[in-house]
Amino acid sequence: MNNTLPIIILKRLTMGLFILFGVSILITVGVEALAGDVCSAVLGQAASPETVAACQAQLGLNQPVYVRYLDWLFNVVQGDFGTSLANKREVSELLSKRMGNTFYLATAAAIFAVPLGIFLGVVAALYRNSALDHAISSSTLAAISSPEFFVGYILMAIFAVSNNWFPAISDVESAAGFWSRLYVSALPIMTLTLVTVAHMMRMTRASIVNLLASPYIEMAKLKGMKPSRIIIKHALPNAWAPIIQVVVLNLGYMVVGCVVIEVVFVYPGLGALTVESVMLRDLPIVQGTAMVFATVYVVLFLVADILSMLANPRLRYRK
Amino acid sequence: MMGPVTFLKELNFSARIGLFIVCCMAFCGIFAPWLAPYSESQIVGDVWEPIGGKFIFGTDQIGRDILTRLIFGARNTIALALLSTTVAFLAGALLGFIAATMGGVTDQVLCRLVDVCISIPTLIASLIFLSALGTAVTTLVLVIGIIYTMPVFRIARAVAMDIEVMDYIEAARLRGENLWWVMHKEILPNALTPLAAEFGLRFCFVFLLISSLSFLGLGLQPPLADWGAMVRGNADGIAWGFLHSLLPAACIAILTIGINLLIDRWVHKASGLRDDQ
Repeated sequence: MNNTLPIIILKRLTMGLFILFGVSILITVGVEALAGDVCSAVLGQAASPETVAACQAQLGLNQPVYVRYLDWLFNVVQGDFGTSLANKREVSELLSKRMGNTFYLATAAAIFAVPLGIFLGVVAALYRNSALDHAISSSTLAAISSPEFFVGYILMAIFAVSNNWFPAISDVESAAGFWSRLYVSALPIMTLTLVTVAHMMRMTRASIVNLLASPYIEMAKLKGMKPSRIIIKHALPNAWAPIIQVVVLNLGYMVVGCVVIEVVFVYPGLGALTVESVMLRDLPIVQGTAMVFATVYVVLFLVADILSMLANPRLRYRK
Repeated sequence: MMGPVTFLKELNFSARIGLFIVCCMAFCGIFAPWLAPYSESQIVGDVWEPIGGKFIFGTDQIGRDILTRLIFGARNTIALALLSTTVAFLAGALLGFIAATMGGVTDQVLCRLVDVCISIPTLIASLIFLSALGTAVTTLVLVIGIIYTMPVFRIARAVAMDIEVMDYIEAARLRGENLWWVMHKEILPNALTPLAAEFGLRFCFVFLLISSLSFLGLGLQPPLADWGAMVRGNADGIAWGFLHSLLPAACIAILTIGINLLIDRWVHKASGLRDDQ
């Protein structure tokens, strides 16, 4: 049998690698277009053709695209993302620092958002069409419909401007110690939590309602089983797969949702770095950050797939 | 097809609220030049005049009337999102139908390509490509349209796959109809309802993406009024207690809520999820 679990997982992993390879090509194409005439832009109108040529040689822009791409790929595999054009620092060093900040933000928000989102989703599904469900569902609809910066600025107006409880700007660099760090990043964490709880709640509710409408749940009801027993014995084992999907997809969403929130609160994370370096046309950083974001996405999708196959054997044979 | 009155009767309470919101916004957008008290980029007063004074919603960071900017913003932002979503649906549905009807290698190649493209977060991809290619309106529409072609492709393909296996498709093929006929006359009419619901949902995503992009400085360029860009321009005012900049953000949220309310039932039906009501 060539469909045992390890083999399926191995297949998915290889697939993930291929996708990452494709992504790296696509990002290079984008960055290549972004490069334009980066040297004359940096050196200005007055630069002589020789200095421009020297600059291009230094950046390797005089080589064909595929040579540069292969060079870059070869270095990236070894953990070297090149040096920043703007300040000549190691990109990998910058990336890992900013990545740490973003993951801190995402993790802190996830700690609040995951249990809360699932809890609200399950409650809304169990008591669907009750006043409670309507209250939860309509407030989360408002939250998912608002752009992240709207939620962020409202929180800022309430907690930083009207009441001086938390700082409006998250100066993480100068915050020392666990509590002061949590204090300066409180507002971005709150914003991200609010937005993600809403997404998670809605997805959880939809999949639980779907599950509770299955014929076997109706059968259990008709047999006169106690509701609590139906949930624990019948619904829950099949609910794990969709819940895992919801959680992992939202973790991916969180890492990307950070971009706008980081800009709002001037939080020094990966998203803010991407926006800055896109504006400055700092190509190695853009290439690096885009690659990190895409890798997070691909890895999380893979994890979601594999975990739900572990939780629900039927998914292993779906084709 | 049903007439407008039957359509209205079919809607439940929340969908009617949604319809009302969408119609109001569309009205503002279409008749912007006649509704707005001033012209789009006219400086009419002091910087950050308060709400409720001479100007209903006050003035912005360089003294333009915010109500006027909001009305023109409705026109610009909605039109941009509508165009981009249309591009995404035309391209995505066509490719999705082709993948489903042709199958085999074509299907595999398209699917793997989309797998790759969809792995780059939309915001990151649009940041890179827009700053590389510029933010002319056509570029904006095309870049965002192409980025959203990927998820639309997946949906269109899935919908078409379900229709593909029907007897009438096989009958059409046996009659010797060509690929275009099968896609256009057999699959499209049956895929239209689920795709229409999806259009509303995708429009919301595109709309939010465009707002985020122009908030980050990569959307419609000034002096054109745009809701996301208005927030960015007035953001400094928040620290001084001028909350005008939240008005356009609130408009974005209200329109998105409206569309969600309006299409909720169809999305639910089309998603194939069961509901025991």
